[in-house]
Amino acid sequence: MVPALPFLNPQIEVARAPNRFDEKLTSHRLELRASKVETLQVNVGKLCNQACKHCHVDASPARTEIMTRETVEQVIGALRQFRFPTLDITGGAPELNPSFRHLVSEARDLGTHVIVRHNLTVMFDPGQSDLPDFFREHEVEVVSSLPYFLEQQTDAQRGQGVFRKSIEALLRLNAVGYGVDGSSLVLNLVYNPVGAFLPPPQASIEADFKRELLTRYGVSFNHLYTITNMPIKRFLDYLRRSGNEERYMRKLVEAFNPHAVEGLMCRTLVSVDWTGRLYDCDFNQMLELGVAPELPQSIAEFDPLKFASRRVMTGAHCFGCTAGAGSSCGGAVVNSL
Amino acid sequence: MGYYEEEDLNRFPEIGKHRPELFEKFMAWYEACQADGALSRREKALIGFAVAHAVQCPYCIDAYSQACLEAGSNMEQMTEALHMASAIRGGASLIHGLQAHNSVNKVSM
Repeated sequence: MVPALPFLNPQIEVARAPNRFDEKLTSHRLELRASKVETLQVNVGKLCNQACKHCHVDASPARTEIMTRETVEQVIGALRQFRFPTLDITGGAPELNPSFRHLVSEARDLGTHVIVRHNLTVMFDPGQSDLPDFFREHEVEVVSSLPYFLEQQTDAQRGQGVFRKSIEALLRLNAVGYGVDGSSLVLNLVYNPVGAFLPPPQASIEADFKRELLTRYGVSFNHLYTITNMPIKRFLDYLRRSGNEERYMRKLVEAFNPHAVEGLMCRTLVSVDWTGRLYDCDFNQMLELGVAPELPQSIAEFDPLKFASRRVMTGAHCFGCTAGAGSSCGGAVVNSL
Repeated sequence: MGYYEEEDLNRFPEIGKHRPELFEKFMAWYEACQADGALSRREKALIGFAVAHAVQCPYCIDAYSQACLEAGSNMEQMTEALHMASAIRGGASLIHGLQAHNSVNKVSM
């Protein structure tokens, strides 16, 4: 499929209407239903040491919403009872939750594969300098955002000084064995476009990152995930302030790729918020669009039989996950356009 | 009436209103040109970006700026492409100076 340029596509729709995503699926004879839950993605709070301009969580140092120990224990209970293959911990900066290390340790003791969405710079917060060793000891998979291999673009999105700190943090992770040849410790990076445009093909930008990070800074990593910026919260505010909302939504709708639907993360993932409430994905969570009302609504009531083949709740933002090569927490969902 | 309205970008298909078969042929050619081939999509986007500046088409500059970003190029690379286009344009003017030399020489002692 050749992505036509905007002004050459005669079939343009604008997705400012409440939800035309379901209509789009229907027009392609597609239905969005989940399969077996493979990943429990837990957002342990909105507190973060950064305040990135694209953040769909609206996370920042000023946020106070944070998962309590009691809810963390409910999550651990669900892991023990239902044996989800993967626990994906996100935030905010999840390491700032006082129960973060307890959650990781318990999950690893249960044999669960643990992914931590680690923003790199939190490593320089008080009491966090041993994070590389903690991750290594628990064989955590680390996934870290680095929107570009150049300082100007990265700092434009994530804040002044973030790039240099991020490079230093990556070197520390490399030093304990993350992302280096011959090691089983996995360090994956995330590319977000620094602005209102779609990500480039994942394989091509991954090759650029590998070459440039190694030659410029001596940093290595395993894979680069390209993730589309979602028109939610802070990024939506940016789109509106900059007069890009309609154009960006048009771009997402125009780039709808029916082949991306099968690989959408909502088909194999359940998302838990800081209060224990359940969602089909982290984006729905931020829109407070819970799982279908006929389903159990909290992690304490989770039932795998009821969640298998559930219908997924959708909105106009879902076009962000089906644009081009598709987008998920694991990057592009189809290999090529 | 203003010239070069941003909204007109999306009205390009209206060009096919009177002779649709010609527009369809153009579209097929245009899309075939963009496909990955001996040159990558990124290289083609940079060529398009440079040519857009050389022909000074604001629609094309807008569209190919986006296309370059979405193909993974950065502003350093795009600026080099822009300088290539501008240097060729500048060189093309300068080389015509020889026409002036010839003209002057022809009537000079």
